[in-house]
Amino acid sequence: MIKQLIPRMTEICGPDGVITDPAELRTYECDGLTSHRVTPALVVLPRAAAEVAAVVAECAAAKVPFVARGSGTGLSGGALPHAEGVLIVTSKMRRIIAIDPASQRAIVEPGVTNLSVSEAARPFGYFYAPDPSSQVVCSVGGNVAENSGGAHCLKHGFTVHHITGLEIVTPAGELTWLGDGTGAAPGYDLLGAFTGSEGTLGIVTKIVVKLTKIPQQVKCLLAAFETTGAGGNAVSAIIGAGIVPAAIEMMDALAIEAAEAAVSCRYPEGAGAVLIVELDGPRCEVERECAAVRALCQQAGATEIREADDPAERAAIWVGRRSAFAAVGRIAPAYIVQDGVVPRTALGPVLNQIAKLSAESGIRVANVFHAGDGNLHPLVLYDDSVPGAAETAETVSGAILDLCITHGGSITGEHGVGVDKSRYLPKMFGADDLDTMQLLRCAFDPAGLCNPGKVFPTPRLCGEVPGARRAPHPLVTSGQVDQF
Amino acid sequence: MATDPVLGALAGACPSARPAQPGDAVAGVMPRFAAAPASVAEASELLRAAAAHDLAVVPRGGGSKLGWGAPPRRCDLVVDTTALDQVIEHAAGDLVARVQAGVSLARLGEVLAGAGQQLSLDPPPCPVPPSPAGGPEPSAWLGATVGGTLATGAAGPRRLRYGTPRDLLIGITVVRADGAVASSGGKVVKNVAGYDLGKLYTGSFGTLGLIVEAVFRLHPRPASAAYITVDCAGPDEAYRAVAAGAGSELALSAIEIDRPARDQPVGVAVLVEGDPDGTAERAGLMSALLGAGARTRPSPPGWWGWPPAGRGGSGGNGAAGGGTGGGTGGTLVRIGFWAAGLPRVLRVIDGAALAAGLDPAVGGSAAAGVIYAALGPDADPAAVAAFVSGLRAALARGDCDARPAAAPVPDSPPALASAVVVHSPPGARDLMDPWGPVPSLPLMRAVKDQFDPGHRMAPGRFAGGI
Repeated sequence: MIKQLIPRMTEICGPDGVITDPAELRTYECDGLTSHRVTPALVVLPRAAAEVAAVVAECAAAKVPFVARGSGTGLSGGALPHAEGVLIVTSKMRRIIAIDPASQRAIVEPGVTNLSVSEAARPFGYFYAPDPSSQVVCSVGGNVAENSGGAHCLKHGFTVHHITGLEIVTPAGELTWLGDGTGAAPGYDLLGAFTGSEGTLGIVTKIVVKLTKIPQQVKCLLAAFETTGAGGNAVSAIIGAGIVPAAIEMMDALAIEAAEAAVSCRYPEGAGAVLIVELDGPRCEVERECAAVRALCQQAGATEIREADDPAERAAIWVGRRSAFAAVGRIAPAYIVQDGVVPRTALGPVLNQIAKLSAESGIRVANVFHAGDGNLHPLVLYDDSVPGAAETAETVSGAILDLCITHGGSITGEHGVGVDKSRYLPKMFGADDLDTMQLLRCAFDPAGLCNPGKVFPTPRLCGEVPGARRAPHPLVTSGQVDQF
Repeated sequence: MATDPVLGALAGACPSARPAQPGDAVAGVMPRFAAAPASVAEASELLRAAAAHDLAVVPRGGGSKLGWGAPPRRCDLVVDTTALDQVIEHAAGDLVARVQAGVSLARLGEVLAGAGQQLSLDPPPCPVPPSPAGGPEPSAWLGATVGGTLATGAAGPRRLRYGTPRDLLIGITVVRADGAVASSGGKVVKNVAGYDLGKLYTGSFGTLGLIVEAVFRLHPRPASAAYITVDCAGPDEAYRAVAAGAGSELALSAIEIDRPARDQPVGVAVLVEGDPDGTAERAGLMSALLGAGARTRPSPPGWWGWPPAGRGGSGGNGAAGGGTGGGTGGTLVRIGFWAAGLPRVLRVIDGAALAAGLDPAVGGSAAAGVIYAALGPDADPAAVAAFVSGLRAALARGDCDARPAAAPVPDSPPALASAVVVHSPPGARDLMDPWGPVPSLPLMRAVKDQFDPGHRMAPGRFAGGI
């Protein structure tokens, strides 16, 4: 029983580090996916790696499940608590341990916010490249769990490309390092397999990140088009010209309307779509690419093009895009965010099919997406006070994911599977695929206590070896049974 | 002569199964059989049959890296992947390519170059010159395949900008030891659905199963390249040159060093790629950073793509003469370190080499924190072993630590550097553990036990004797 753990947890985390009050526990009942809520039986807030290890060891000994939570901004329910389990919150572990520009590395604790890493590195001329939209709040530990991306991952990659060492607490409660910070450590790339495993293989307690040199110049273009199709053609032309922008984002008319209502971003009026293209790098390259992108947008039928190269002007262009998710709350009482991916070349047909789904169901869909890599964020809007609306929205949402799979894409580009999409995972992967993935889980967490119920719809029994038995069964060798 | 029933079972699964020939030896270990499955289905049936007969299995692609790692403890069946030679799909508009594991890097490069694209990998031995205009030499890479490059995690100079194979892989299909076929990832770059088996299998030396297909993200092929070189007197000057490039805003593709012997200067070469005008301008800026003595040219120095052939060799099957291993068979040690530690790493290498009476050639991707020490095939085996153990002792002591002052152990990884013997001749190899200490070895063993409970996939080749 959880109650029996409280004294020991209080010893480990201090009296301020254990929450038992029911009202306080309820404040941890969900992360950014507010449609799923579970009150944890107990919440602890360890202050250091050794405390995390001791907490997990207690859970392991008592066979109590546990879930880790960073800032609670995740969009797939990865930090959704277990009703009979312990929620281990890392927000007190906020040290930026070291910034090492000469080796282009930093060492941080998991509760550090994503943006604060970049802020700490800036005086040295460096930044931390993965930049989810929630970067002011989201934690680096959470980023590791989800392999977070962000608008700039088209050029700069995702979290896994910027992690070279992880100290973790294994589900048995042991502290160990994966990798040594070099990116060239011998052995299996457990670091790479752990990143993006959604908190199911252990809890990260220190992260060695790669720092990236702040680009010499950054330029941003905003281009308006009459249709998303025209915008898509511009994107294809840009990629086809061999240009790799730092980011290419697109918003459709409905998303623009929402953003305008929320933050008055003043995007070109009447645009069917806007494209935001950001270029970064050495000044001479950026200037040349900017001219090329401008020309390609014009050729694709851009009705207006704005350019910005100072941080304030660029921020003004980005504010509409960054506010888009929250902004749709202005034009609809409720919404479902999707995170599907399609090959970029299939964007046009898929957007048309989404429009058809929307028209047929009467459910509006606002589209915001990372046009450069085909990562869609359809915002499926509905009024939850209307009976049946939520179910219809869920159906449309599922149909969009089916579209992504049919076109050879993915059900999640960056938000993770969590609880939100585990039922769709078998549409992407077969039984042998999921079985093999879960071998990894069995290696790390044979007891099945670490964030159980996430990612995989059907857990694998660990210790079970599919296929023909190699050696005679022990009962046969001991003479107790015959084998026919 | 009675037909071997095991061979019969293998041939039933995979018609090309045959008794092994001398050229099939893996690092001196002779298998009993060899087979070259022509499809994923055949590979699956083959491994299933191998499992039923408790055969130890070692995969082989072009054979250029069979001498890497440790020799297998057991080897009954060599699985030759070169019949899995299809470039299944090149989606140029998406900058994605899906290929079978037996496709050679050289051939893949030609296919992609046709659309102005590249797989941004240049693992050793590197084609010389890797000029955008000329394209890679077909004979380069000694027939290295996609599968072998993934299984060994081999990378070259452009790892600085583009990363290593695990950073470019977005989907993988493998055949497990029990014959089951499994995939992860997919055809899109943005994809976090499920676990990433690609990361696990990359660099696993065949010990978790057979890689049969890979999906890669591609990049546009640069239209132009410039190499800026300068000779530096010693480690500190070389480090200043490397750091000047690494800390610049010039978006360099590679920064390499080369020192053929202890009494020679350290050559530093920087690669700038891009469109012709931009490349010329950035090359000029880089040259100014390196100062007087810097030279700019369109092709790389002769030693580019460490290790150059003839210095430490390529690590194929060596003296056996089989396979396409090149046969020069020297010793190559790879040192991974935090980049700021470069001058100390060079001094540590010198100290260990002097103590062992050796004078290795040293060079590699200094800005990326990976360099190599190479010794010829005639180096005394005991001296080679002494060099490696002296090097490892110094690294373990922290003699080349670039550990930030604010981050003593345990706030930082316990070891900040490693020395792996990539390949060495049998005499020296028998005296050394090629891999050295490995973080989280118990976890790695647990992974191995899950994926290959019978320990039949390339047993003994990997870290910790896995």
